[in-house]
Amino acid sequence: MSERMVKIYPPFERFWHWSQVILVLVMTFTGFRLYGLHEWIPYQQAVLVHTYAALLLMVLWIFAIFWHFTTGTWKHYVPSADGLGQVIRFYSYGIFKGEKHPYRKAYWRKHNPLQAMAYLALKLLIFPTIWITGIAYLTYRLWEPAASSGLWIEIVGNLHVLAAFGILSFIVMHLYLMTTGHSLWEHIRPMFTGYDEIDLSPQEEAYLEADEPSRIKPVA
Amino acid sequence: MISGKMTAVIGLTLALTGAGAVVAQEAEAPPAKKSNTTVDHSNLEILQKDFASGPEVTAACLTCHTEASDQVKQSIHWTWDYEHPVTGQDLGKNNVINSYCVGVAGNEPRCTSCHVGYGWKDMNTPPPQEANAVDCLVCHDKSDTYFKVPAGAGQPFGTEVKEGAVTNTGKPANPVDLTLVAQSVGLPDRDNCGNCHFYGGGGDNVKHGDLSSVLHNPTKDIDVHMASDGLNFECSTCHVSDQHQWHGSRYNVTAKDTEGAGLPGQRRDVATCESCHGTEPHDKFSLIGFKLNSHRDKIACQTCHIPEYAKGGVPTKTMWDWSTAGKMGEDGKPMKVAKYETADGKKKPTYVTMKGDFEWGENLKPEYFWFDGQVEYANADHDIDPSGVVEVNMISGGQDDENSRIWPFKVMRGKQPYDTERNRLLYPHLFGPGSETAYWGKWDWDKAFEAGAKASGTEYSGSYDFVATEMYWPVTHMVAPAEDHVACEECHKENGRLANIAGIHIPGANPMGPGGKLGALIFGLTLLGLVIHALMRLIGRRNMKEH
Repeated sequence: MSERMVKIYPPFERFWHWSQVILVLVMTFTGFRLYGLHEWIPYQQAVLVHTYAALLLMVLWIFAIFWHFTTGTWKHYVPSADGLGQVIRFYSYGIFKGEKHPYRKAYWRKHNPLQAMAYLALKLLIFPTIWITGIAYLTYRLWEPAASSGLWIEIVGNLHVLAAFGILSFIVMHLYLMTTGHSLWEHIRPMFTGYDEIDLSPQEEAYLEADEPSRIKPVA
Repeated sequence: MISGKMTAVIGLTLALTGAGAVVAQEAEAPPAKKSNTTVDHSNLEILQKDFASGPEVTAACLTCHTEASDQVKQSIHWTWDYEHPVTGQDLGKNNVINSYCVGVAGNEPRCTSCHVGYGWKDMNTPPPQEANAVDCLVCHDKSDTYFKVPAGAGQPFGTEVKEGAVTNTGKPANPVDLTLVAQSVGLPDRDNCGNCHFYGGGGDNVKHGDLSSVLHNPTKDIDVHMASDGLNFECSTCHVSDQHQWHGSRYNVTAKDTEGAGLPGQRRDVATCESCHGTEPHDKFSLIGFKLNSHRDKIACQTCHIPEYAKGGVPTKTMWDWSTAGKMGEDGKPMKVAKYETADGKKKPTYVTMKGDFEWGENLKPEYFWFDGQVEYANADHDIDPSGVVEVNMISGGQDDENSRIWPFKVMRGKQPYDTERNRLLYPHLFGPGSETAYWGKWDWDKAFEAGAKASGTEYSGSYDFVATEMYWPVTHMVAPAEDHVACEECHKENGRLANIAGIHIPGANPMGPGGKLGALIFGLTLLGLVIHALMRLIGRRNMKEH
């Protein structure tokens, strides 16, 4: 096994990540305005920005879903119990003792098992909740004549904001975990450059050097 | 024909894709008004004479306009009687009770001065039968000189006017030249309607709040439709008529018009906003327009487009407490106290011996209620519960009713007399110079109620008290220019304009509902967990350094 810098975040994934960062922040800000938690911008403006940001994010998601399936990247998020116990033990105990993170990134598996599960929950549970409720909110007029729509819009609104707080909680955890390594930059850099330190088997290393030399660099 | 829903879907799609930026077309100001009829009445031979009375003029009118009198007699302007098609209740001025001067019966010559006829002196009989008892001039005078004697049961002022006489508009009265008036006739304008309707309840804007003398000549800020410097609408531009029947009712309101604008020349049945603006009045190809059109389903146009009423410096009466009437001044005579002052310094009475205590307001925010357009009155046929506030008129409607929308109202509050034995509101006999029973003069409620009961065909047990009442007046005039609409955040916030309406979902009106509370709890616990985790890491690091 040798440690090399391998490009594991292709340009699209980085674009997707950072666009999503901007859109989610904008939507959190405007969403909380609409919810009545602050009044820093006019309501009508918040409606416009929130809705158009949502539409952009939906478009981005359509591309992202397509990208996940066509490139096989979705496999990174398949839950796995392999090493899960060790990661949980690390975050709840080992980290306080100065132990090293037990998970080594593989180039075919860039997330540790806990991380993969967290992202999967975000992608399959929280994001769909906010999308479905958001679209229902936006198109209320079309289903308003349905029976007990008054109750349903209340449920939709509450689930929407619950999911929003869920995303916000995810964001702060996501940011907090960046402080757990050697340096912040070490965590952020891969999302800018695409390269991260990966343990490669001799076969993987040989393959990458032979067939995808641009994806592999020596460790800086 | 594309259905409304289909257009909504297309609209949303286009709105969301940002397509179709439609520029609203500015309405052009109409050219100066001139008569477009083919008759100049001043040239008609039959009008070239000295008329001695109103009915004489009417007789002349009817020689050409042969059906006019019959048509007017079918209208509520004449009958003051309206049987509600849903509740079956007898309404109309002849029957209803209100929280101002309460009722017409017993006070006819004063009240019927605004009847479109001559000489209706007793509510227990129908209006006079003669064809020429119809008053054509009050609606068709274009000389602005025709005024009725305020307590004259519909008679106009004559060729001689008593010193100090005033019209019901409060202006000094002048002699009326019936020949001049008859030769001036034309289609009704705002002054014709306004000379009665702007002064309901006994004075300028007393009753409605959204109908005042300001509308004789309003600016755009006051009323975007009737503005003299703008569209310059007459009342009848919206209150379309057909054979002397007008549309627009406050007993049976079209609270939600789903039909919209008819083809040219079609709809003559409503005075709704939608009958001109359609059912999708906002630009459906913009996101905000789409959202506003969906508001229209449940929110009356007036709710957003009439942010305030009683505009333009003429206040409306908001409270009338009859229970304090009858107090005399130090000189033992009826008195008047005028403590209310408008923004531009006009004084308004706050106590009058004849009527009790008043409160006034101008530039008022309406109050909002679900309204399906149906109104029932606490008339003599209706039991009241004096332990609470009695609704003089009861508006119906609700969230789940598809004919209802949230409407703006002026709520008139006050105290008025009721029969403590029979639990019914009472009709006092107020007006009647020289009468032995009129309250205004004798100051004896018992006599006034007895006489009022007799005049209205009701009963009086002999014991009375005053009960707190509320009365609802839909606000629908004084529509502001589009840009002065009620802003989103006036309702989409905690304790906003619609705070009193329970059971509706208004984003922003209930920050921290169940979803928000649970979400905030999860978020709070996450933060707490992270802080504890970080502290433990710090402690761990310190321990490691020490070792």
